[in-house]
Amino acid sequence: MEETIISPDGTQEYFINMGPQHPSTHGVLRLVLTLDGEIIEKVEPHLGYIHRSIEKMCEKDNYRQIIHLTDRMDYLSAHMNNHAVSLAIENALEVEIPDRAKYIRVIMDELTRISSHTLWWGVMGMDLGAITSFLYGFRDHEYITEIFEETCGARLTMNYNVPGGVMFDIHPNFVKHVKDFIADFKTKLPEYDTLLSGNVIFLERTKGIGILTKEDAISFGVTGPAGRASGFSNDVRKKEPYGIYDQLDFKEILYTDGDTYSRYKARIDEMWESIKIIEQLIDNIPEGDFQAKTRKVIKLPKGEFYQKVETARGELGVYIVSDGKMNPYRMKFRSPGFSNLSALDRMARGGKIADLVAIMSTLDLVVPDIDR
Amino acid sequence: MYLSIYDFSSFFQSIDNWLTSTFPEPIATIIVWILIGVSAIAFTALLGLSLVYAERKVAAWFQLRIGPNRVGFQGVLQTVADITKLIMKEPLTPGTSDKFLYNLAPFLMMLAPFIVIGALPYAEGLQVMDLNVGVFFVTAVSSIGVLGILISGYSSNNKYSLIGSMRSGAQVVSYELSAGLAIMVIVVMSGSLQFSEIIEAQRDGWWIFKGHLPVWIAFVVFIIAGTAETNRGPFDLAEAESELTAGFHTEYSGIKFAFFFLAEYVNLFIIVVLATTLFLGGWMPLHIGDWEAFNNIADIIPPIFWFLGKVSALIILIMWFKWTFPRLRIDQLLTLEWKYLLPISLVNIVLAAFIILMGWHF
Repeated sequence: MEETIISPDGTQEYFINMGPQHPSTHGVLRLVLTLDGEIIEKVEPHLGYIHRSIEKMCEKDNYRQIIHLTDRMDYLSAHMNNHAVSLAIENALEVEIPDRAKYIRVIMDELTRISSHTLWWGVMGMDLGAITSFLYGFRDHEYITEIFEETCGARLTMNYNVPGGVMFDIHPNFVKHVKDFIADFKTKLPEYDTLLSGNVIFLERTKGIGILTKEDAISFGVTGPAGRASGFSNDVRKKEPYGIYDQLDFKEILYTDGDTYSRYKARIDEMWESIKIIEQLIDNIPEGDFQAKTRKVIKLPKGEFYQKVETARGELGVYIVSDGKMNPYRMKFRSPGFSNLSALDRMARGGKIADLVAIMSTLDLVVPDIDR
Repeated sequence: MYLSIYDFSSFFQSIDNWLTSTFPEPIATIIVWILIGVSAIAFTALLGLSLVYAERKVAAWFQLRIGPNRVGFQGVLQTVADITKLIMKEPLTPGTSDKFLYNLAPFLMMLAPFIVIGALPYAEGLQVMDLNVGVFFVTAVSSIGVLGILISGYSSNNKYSLIGSMRSGAQVVSYELSAGLAIMVIVVMSGSLQFSEIIEAQRDGWWIFKGHLPVWIAFVVFIIAGTAETNRGPFDLAEAESELTAGFHTEYSGIKFAFFFLAEYVNLFIIVVLATTLFLGGWMPLHIGDWEAFNNIADIIPPIFWFLGKVSALIILIMWFKWTFPRLRIDQLLTLEWKYLLPISLVNIVLAAFIILMGWHF
């Protein structure tokens, strides 16, 4: 237990346990808050409530099984997590994967990004007290989930990537449904601005709140839209392109204010960029195989392999140490949520409890991703 | 005994006459008290049930949902089922709480609305007591409600509850000022504190139409302050679920929680009835200048329906706020009151007095 600090005027600091069961921690995250009335003096995240030792489990599973586990880390970016592990394995094996698989993977990645961001937007509104946005966000999330269900057979943890490509070919209706969705979503995204972005109360609650400077973003390793809102250019899709991102025309969203509003805007703008990417690809999916031939039992050569991708939350790194066997010697994930959470204390200090909630929702934390 | 839907006074007068002629004076008075008490409880329960159902349906319209539609026709019995569930649940009392105050708080919450609904006018002759200081009485008594919130937060011995109740205390006390000043504008205009006279003054036009600028400002201020006083969104900081789990009623369960829940809706109703009576002419029909035909048709519609129509419209407006706006932060909430609404109201009341003095209103 921490010692109670009594200040000279005889008053005590006020400790509050926010979580592990709390409506706005979005999972089993526990924050110990030190308060002076409503003002936050310290935020201390306590982790470990949903630790499933995924990295250790990877050491006894073979490479095909590992992909299943990564779905369960950041479940909202399930497809990107799979993509990262598949790429790491393919690079180690030096397999050339067919273009069709690359295209499908990138389309799926961007659809996942949109679905993750729509859900984030809904939850963000709910955290600020506008419950209606939650259902609007889920409406569009649901549309994408149905597209996933049609092709992958699953809705959330798709597990669609395999080393060498994707597990099955896309559903015959896939192209049509994605096009329908894009056409529909282009009319729905402005609704987001109408409901929340332009609202006076919303602007009051977010502008100038929870400022993270560029230096802090870099030193805490805050990546993804949260880092880019502080002016830290870190989009893996631009910096170290994987898949076919180097052939695509899209912008890296950068803001410089680093406040809650910039993080909000960065994600909204990212959805527009994702729409742009999907539009470039959806009509030109090349014919051909959707999977390269790989051996049934994959054995990586001895050595260390690292691959990073841009998930909806930031930079996900996959680090494999192989000793030549059919399972890795050591597996390490650099998850974006963990690094982003570490900056929470810096951003929330001096704010109110309500600001902490707003900051947390723009960091877009997924607790299983932090804890693994 | 003759019951007219246009004027209830003869109906109630005949009941009173029959009681006083059949029973001796003290017993007749006691029977009247009991009748009033029972009908007040029944009315409050009915009000709570229908408003909760309305809220869920309105929320569903805003949120692309259908809302309750399984229990009873279109789900009208859903709230009955919910309340039954709450009554059957065990009313827990936390071991570390201050038990007396903890159990007292829900009753204090219900006390104020129970008293106040008796003083409100619903239609001609449909009012328990037409006090000559009616407006003053309502504003004074409805302030008791905040005691319930403060006591519940203090006695629960829960940090979230304490923060919630402290927020609520600051909020309700602050916003009562501008709500009171907004009411004062109408009192100045009508020259009376009695509800029946305020309504009578609007026979040839509602205050919102003939009161010019001060009344418009007062109406907007009153709706904002009233929403804040009832702790409803966007001013629901006291129970901000994403920050304080459930605020001051975190520790309450079963029927005690139902009391808090019910009180919120009855308070909403009281605020809306006040706004209707003061600004929108209460149960007065809408009359437009010399449009004889229109005015006659408006007169055919019974006053009680005019009243319910105006009340429903305002209730939907306030629910609309809740389901579209994000929540304010506590310092922004107090800034809004002390730096904007209160100075505006103060200037407004002087303006109203000036207009009355010059005789510029209709």
